[in-house]
Amino acid sequence: MRLRRIVMPEIARAGEVIEIRTVILHPMITGHTAAGAGVSGRRIVHTFHVHYDGAEVFRAELGPGIAANPLLTFTTVATRTGDVVFTWMDDTGETAVETRLLTVAPA
Amino acid sequence: MRRGVAGKALRRALAAVFAAIAPFAAEAEPKARSAREFLSLELAAEQADETLNRGMLWVELGERLWKDGSVPSGRSCASCHGQPGGMRGVATRYPAINRETGALVNIEGRINGCRVQHQSLPALAYESEELLALTALVAHQSKGMIMSVAVDGAARGFLEQGRAVYESRQGQLNIACSQCHEQNVGRKLRGDVISSGLGVGYPAYRLTWQGLGSLHRRLKACQQGVRAAEFEPGSTEHLSLELFLAWRARGIPIETPGIRR
Repeated sequence: MRLRRIVMPEIARAGEVIEIRTVILHPMITGHTAAGAGVSGRRIVHTFHVHYDGAEVFRAELGPGIAANPLLTFTTVATRTGDVVFTWMDDTGETAVETRLLTVAPA
Repeated sequence: MRRGVAGKALRRALAAVFAAIAPFAAEAEPKARSAREFLSLELAAEQADETLNRGMLWVELGERLWKDGSVPSGRSCASCHGQPGGMRGVATRYPAINRETGALVNIEGRINGCRVQHQSLPALAYESEELLALTALVAHQSKGMIMSVAVDGAARGFLEQGRAVYESRQGQLNIACSQCHEQNVGRKLRGDVISSGLGVGYPAYRLTWQGLGSLHRRLKACQQGVRAAEFEPGSTEHLSLELFLAWRARGIPIETPGIRR
């Protein structure tokens, strides 16, 4: 299992803007090195998306120009208590899913 | 009486001259500075904030390995040492002399010594993710504590050996460590600023490597830069140089895991 880390508040007030920081340990192999020339050697996280409260709140499509161990920070608005689901997908079909519960208190 | 008055006036004049010279004297021997001070504000902030510092991923990995008792001997690091917090202050004293063998060992060497002697496990390869993670975990416990290696007794010889490496010209470019890291600190070399060459952030997350690496790997990178024959990581030359760098860093706080360019 790839090491990943999510930093976000556990509790927020309704309507509050919260910052979420995510990072996954991934080599992001471009496939353009002398050793593994050609796109077939590419192994990167190509998609990262986050769902919360029944909707996609963040999505990133990553290219081979992104450095290893991609660190992505974004904000969203706390609406109601529920799971925030983070999904990373890489070229080999490997998918990493992480879930965090966000408890929302009335504003 | 006249002499006494004149003497007093002379002493006063001399004191004034010394007071005027003192700041220059201090400048003549600049204090070695951590490479952190040469980072951009953004990178320095990334290092300072542990939720942004990607080196912390290895520290986290190290915490898992620390507790892992799924080995034939059934003994994890925690079985003997308890919580990683018990390692607080250890990194300020390394490299150090192993009392039993008389050899100089750094944290990597100490961890491997533990594995072989007490856990009946093979030594981890230098620069392996596991050894980097455990080293980062141990060094991180001393974050903020100042370096204070012992350089007396058996360590003295290694210190002098390290100093000799540091001050000797190497490679096709025929440059000694000291020529950059003493004489040209703060000036540009290629796209970067030359630091004082201290190891207080290591193992560090270096952007060039896109990952964590040991101080020895960093030293090798300098040797590649001057086109010198590279020392083997963990060799006596490297360890002596590491001791000398640790001694130069005396009084400077540990930053592991540092962020470096």
